Formats: sequence, structure tokens, C-alpha cells
Amino acid sequence: MVNPLMNRKINRGINRVAKFILLFCFLVLAQWGNAQNKINGKKIYETRCLVCHQSDGGGVPNMNPPLDGATNVNGKDIARLVKIIRNGYDERVALDGMYYNNAMAANPDLKEDAIADVLTYIRTSWSNKAGVVTTSQVKAALLKNKAAKK
Amino acid sequence: MKKMTQFLSVAFLAFSLPVLAQENAGLKLPEGFKANLYANNIGGARHIAITKSGVVFAKLNNPNKEGNSIVRLEDANNDGVADKINGWAKYGGTGIFVKGNSLYASSNEAIFKYELNSKDEVVNPLAPVTIVSGLIDRRQHNSKSITFDMANNIYVNIGAYSNACQEKDRMPGSQGMMPCPILDSAGGIWKFDGSKENQTYKDGKRYGTGLRNVIGLDWNTSSNQLYVAQHGRDQLNSFYPNLYTDAQNAELPAETFYEIKEGDNAGWPYVYYDPSQHKKIVSPEYGGDSKKEGSSEFKDPAVAFPAHMAPMAVLFYTGNQFPAKYKNGAFISFHGSWNRAPLPQEGFFVAFVPFKDGKATGEWEIFANGFAGTENGAKIANPSKAKARPCGLAQGPDGSIYVSDDTKGAIFKITYSK
Repeated sequence: MVNPLMNRKINRGINRVAKFILLFCFLVLAQWGNAQNKINGKKIYETRCLVCHQSDGGGVPNMNPPLDGATNVNGKDIARLVKIIRNGYDERVALDGMYYNNAMAANPDLKEDAIADVLTYIRTSWSNKAGVVTTSQVKAALLKNKAAKK
Repeated sequence: MKKMTQFLSVAFLAFSLPVLAQENAGLKLPEGFKANLYANNIGGARHIAITKSGVVFAKLNNPNKEGNSIVRLEDANNDGVADKINGWAKYGGTGIFVKGNSLYASSNEAIFKYELNSKDEVVNPLAPVTIVSGLIDRRQHNSKSITFDMANNIYVNIGAYSNACQEKDRMPGSQGMMPCPILDSAGGIWKFDGSKENQTYKDGKRYGTGLRNVIGLDWNTSSNQLYVAQHGRDQLNSFYPNLYTDAQNAELPAETFYEIKEGDNAGWPYVYYDPSQHKKIVSPEYGGDSKKEGSSEFKDPAVAFPAHMAPMAVLFYTGNQFPAKYKNGAFISFHGSWNRAPLPQEGFFVAFVPFKDGKATGEWEIFANGFAGTENGAKIANPSKAKARPCGLAQGPDGSIYVSDDTKGAIFKITYSK
């Protein structure tokens, strides 16, 4: 005969363990998802970005700005980063006190999830620790940029 | 114990001295040549010019930490190292040239003239005379390098603000514009009168065209002709992966060195030079397929160098200090590539081009190497990792040559003794 009180305690224990396992699985899955995003982002980086921004994200002095350690890249303004990737960039604006002369081509064919992946790769590679960019963040950024245009 | 400490400190000194003062400032040179650091950390030094008394002027890409973009350096005690350094001017740029008692310097859109006194000091640092203004600066390829012929005409490069004159610059699949509208005001060498003030496009003459971007140019006084080194186009593989592999892009197109006569056309953007086929090939933006040969109306290079190494300055050697083979030959500095990625980068050296009877032989050799500062001359993956990137070249009155670096701003002095 099991004490009902005892039973409840056991059940609660099992419950806790189950919750913990679920949370753990979720975290693992999320990490695995992020890792997949980063791998995909790396592929996009290598085909579209590497030649100018270089394999170490260091850019080319006076020509192509660095991504590694750049304040804008690691900043909170995701919408701006999304806009640059989608529309390209050709303005004389200083980045961390330096000017860069080459124009960047637009990437009108890059889908929201691809933009999220390449931004995730850029913001979590080399010395960058700014973290993941999600597809919904990119969608929101594109809406914001569209609204700003009007 | 005391002896031990003494011994250790002596040993430490003996080991650390060569590290502190690297042999030949870290450069690798042919036998008999020596190099030392004439100056360091003056700010990214583009071109340099030297007066008859040996005063060095360096044009900086941007104002340095003192806020100056032209720096005057003098080695008053004659030990090979600049000991009097000062500067002025707020505008960044590349070109600088000493002609008699005048010092010419360029921003990215204008050329200014300063007067020198008998001590080679600038008389009017704040009030230069404007020789030319209004030259196109659309950021890409905006350096305005300058040189003179023997009749006081000034030659200035106006680089094309484009990679391959596509409708949309560096946009995969964008076609080349026909004819390329950029060539009316850029993508060539313009000639102006060195003594006339306030000139602009209408006062000058397009001397040579079809040159994407020239940073290094010099007048060969022995043959009385202009020579220029062009930066070839980028990104054949990224725009046309079906025509060019990464490995092919790393070798295409050649960086080209031309003898330019008035009216010459080097063919950009319609053709590029393929050094393995020894041919001008039609650019893919203009219907090329990596094999179709371009028109013979375009100029062939005097020398073809490996791709993407970025020639920054040309210096015809007229001195007597170096061995005879160098006389009237050309030194060319190479900044080092970026567009060979994902393959390792090349360049970061000064090359020598031998001349015979006033013509380039077509051969070339590395003269000074090691500027990148890697262990045992290892290849560099990314140009931002180079310790120094060779840029300006100038010859001193004693026949030594000087090489500037536009990263932190070192100036190397190279001498020869038997």
C-alpha cells in the first residue's frame, strides 16, 4: 500500500524530471537549429560575401569594410543590416572612424531565412558575439524598411 | 647571484636586440642591398616625393593623428633615419611630386601647388595654388596620382568608378554598358599644363583611355614616354562561375604595365589581358566566353604581372648607386591582393622591370619582399593581416630608393654598397 501523499510526491518528481528533459531537448534542438543556420549562413557568406569581406571578416583596408568587430554589425539595428544585404550599399559613411570606397551589390534574391542565416553567421563568427538573427526579425526589418521608404 | 643576473641580462640583450632592430627592417633584398626604417607610424603614406636636398614629402590617404595629410621628413644628421618630421593639410589623397621649387599634391578631386624655399620648406602650406579641380571622385578608384613629362605637363590618373562598367556595378548578371559612358570623364590619363592655375576637364586632354584604374605612373625620361600600371578588374568567378573557377579568377586578368602614347586605348572595360593565353580577351559583360579574342585596336601590355596584386607606384631608376642593370629600368610596388580569395593573397613586394634600349624586356623579378611581415615569407590569407603594404616609391639624391607603406605609415630606405 502506497501512501497517497508519497504517491503525489513521486508524481511531482517525475513531472519535474519530464519538464527538465523537455526543456533540455528543446535547448539542444534550438542549439542544433542555430548550428544548422550558421552552417547555411557560412555557405552564403562564402559565395556572396567572402571575396570582399575576406575569410576572417577583416575586410580590405580603405576598400571593403571589416565585419569582424564592427560596431554596426554587432549593434541592435538589425533593420539596417537587413537593408544593406538586400539593397546593397554605396554611401560615404565612416565605420569606426574609417572610410571604405567600394560599392556593395544588392542581393534582391536572398530570402528572409537566408538573410537571417548569413547575419547569424556574421554576428557569431570571428570575435563577434552579437548573437542569432531569426527569420521573423528579418521579416519585421523588411516591413520596417518598406514603411520607412513610404 | 649578482653575476647570474648580469649574465642573464646580457644574454637577454643579445637575444632581444636583433628582434628590436630587425635586419634590413624585415625586408628580403638582393645581395649587396640593405634596408632600414627611415620613418614609422606617420599615417598611411600613399605616394612620396624627394627634393634635390633629400627632404621627403609623403601624401597621406587620410589626416594622421596630428591632423596632417602631407608630411615633411628630413634626415638632418644623415644617419638614414628621419629626425625632423612635421606636416600640414587636411585633405586625404595619393599624389605628390616635386618639380623644381614646386611641390604638387593631389586630393581625390584636385591638384594643388606649393612653393618651396631654399631649405625645401613649404612657404604657403595654408594657401596652395589650385592647378586642377573638379575631377571625378565617386569613391571607388578615386586616387589621383600625378607625374610630369620633361615639358612641365602634368599627367593625372582618373580611375573608373566601376569594376567592369556594368549597368549596375558589381551586380551579378548586369550587362556592360555600350559604349561605356564612364570613359568620357574617367578610366584614363588626363594631361594638364603644370604651370596654369584653375584648370578643369575642359582645359585638359584625355591622353590615354581604357585604363580601369592606374595608381602607379611615371615618365620614362630615357625614352621620353609615359608608363602606367593598371589594376585589372575583379570578380570574374563570382559573376561568371560557369566560365571561371576560383583558381582561374586568382590568375585572371593580368595586372598590366603599359607604355602609353597620346591617344592609346588599353581596352577597359571591353577586354582584359589573359597572361596564360597571351591575349586580350573579351570581357564576359560584353559577350566574352573566356576565350573570344578582343579587338586589336587595343594596346598590348609591355609587361603582364600576376592578377590582383595591385601596382601602386612606378619609379624609373636614374641613379648611379645601384648596379648598372637597374639604370633606366622600372621599380613597381605591389600593394598585395584581396581578390584572389579564397586562395592565398599575393604581392606585398617591390618588383623590378629591366629595360633594354628604352623598352621593357617583358621580364620582371621581385626586388624587395617581406613587407607583409609573415614568418618565413608565408602566404597571407587576408590583406588586413599584412604588417606593411608597399605603396609609394621615390629616388633620393644619392640614388637610394624609398618605399612607403599605407597601413600605419612606414618608410623604408633601400641602399646598395659593393
